[in-house]
Amino acid sequence: MPQETNAQLETDELVPAAEPKAGHAPLDRAVETQADLTAEINALGDAYARALKDGAPAETQPRLDYAPYRSSILRHPTKNLHHADPETIELYSPAFGHQDVHALESDLTIQHNGEPQGERIIVAGRVLDGDGRPVAGQLVEIWQANSSGRYIHKRDQHPAPLDPNFTGVGRCITGADGSYSFTTIKPGAYPWKNHLNAWRPAHIHFSLFGREFTQRIVTQMYFPGDQLFPLDPIYQSIVDQDARDRLVASYDHDLTQPEWALGYKWDIILTGSKRTWTENEALGADGDEE
Amino acid sequence: MSNPTKLVPTPGQTVGPFYGYALPYDKDRELLAPGSPGSIRLQGTVYDGAGHTIPDAILEIWQPDSEGNIVQQTGSLVRDGYTFTGFGRSAVGNSGVYTFTTVNPGPTKPGGAAFISVAVFARGLMNRLFTRVYLPEDQEALAADPLLSSLDPERRKTLIARRDADGGLTWDIRLQGEGETVFLNFEGGPAFEGAAAGGAAQ
Repeated sequence: MPQETNAQLETDELVPAAEPKAGHAPLDRAVETQADLTAEINALGDAYARALKDGAPAETQPRLDYAPYRSSILRHPTKNLHHADPETIELYSPAFGHQDVHALESDLTIQHNGEPQGERIIVAGRVLDGDGRPVAGQLVEIWQANSSGRYIHKRDQHPAPLDPNFTGVGRCITGADGSYSFTTIKPGAYPWKNHLNAWRPAHIHFSLFGREFTQRIVTQMYFPGDQLFPLDPIYQSIVDQDARDRLVASYDHDLTQPEWALGYKWDIILTGSKRTWTENEALGADGDEE
Repeated sequence: MSNPTKLVPTPGQTVGPFYGYALPYDKDRELLAPGSPGSIRLQGTVYDGAGHTIPDAILEIWQPDSEGNIVQQTGSLVRDGYTFTGFGRSAVGNSGVYTFTTVNPGPTKPGGAAFISVAVFARGLMNRLFTRVYLPEDQEALAADPLLSSLDPERRKTLIARRDADGGLTWDIRLQGEGETVFLNFEGGPAFEGAAAGGAAQ
């Protein structure tokens, strides 16, 4: 990998000013524009579409090697992931329960003295495994920017206002039917330094555990109809449109609460189970729920 | 149970740069209290393809206890000081170093090689990576391990920890390049791998 690429990586996102390697890109450095990035994104998308037409299997996950997201250039394995049959510990998951997470942690709008600014929303759905079984009694963690697109994280230096009434972190334990529900504020889009005028579509980060450690994922949920989708290298790192669509929640008027909050529905599918389940486990009757 | 419909999994996405106020929690890297009988330190550094340390990665470990029992106790987020739950999470510091306080995992079956399951997340890493860290001592078990014996010796080394003088373990992660850590794909079979060259994550 060329060294100049690395020099660029040091400045591509929000890094703390205290770090010696951090700082601002030299002004005379050729700045990549959105048009440059969009061309790269489209070229990779077109190549995938051709491969698909020629009979290549549909991709369902992001590419680890996706150069338009500049930070990935030195951070993706170059060797194929090595196939392994999961063994023992990998066929089980850490256990979380109601002593780990308070019920109120699923409401991100009540963590401070006042109401946060922005559009109150409910995000709800079910966590299922690849066989359609509910993932019961497992941990869901979320984090997000506030309504103006600002993270409370100290490394976020986007000059948008912080909200003293919004932290943007929530957790819950899924119900017996795999259901989860968060009350929060619709996050704003925010700028980042992948290239000039780079903006992330509004999203909520989700962290999920399944019933087996092999099912663990961290991902991002997006909102329907976002105009930034075609421009965003992180969303577009999933080159298959059907696969990308699986990260987009749908507006659900049945979830919307009158005079209170708009509802978005998003179901999350983990990979299939590798373990032979007892009837009780399959029904979610073990663990903390009993 | 009848054969249920197979559903396509939701794609992963990068953990991004801002997990630091969300994922870490009090004593997240202490699977048991430091100084407890049998406790050891597991530590290491995370490197990128240029050999630079990565300051914004976060690791999770999941392991059996020292007897090889897989613990199914809840409470991994509220360390009570007594219960070993087998799960830990450690964000790396500015120097790319992670640290856990844990125990040597026992083999989960007689004669099996003892290992810790690891998930790696980082800004710039599109999807989490799974890997394993094996204890270095039991050569016979290591030689018989199905995963290790499917790797050439150079790559195999990347999954075996070094034993430190204080009884702890050191194990570095290289996301790319020379000494690149072996990362695992639990989906599909070996034939699936060939299709992934330079392409899909799994």
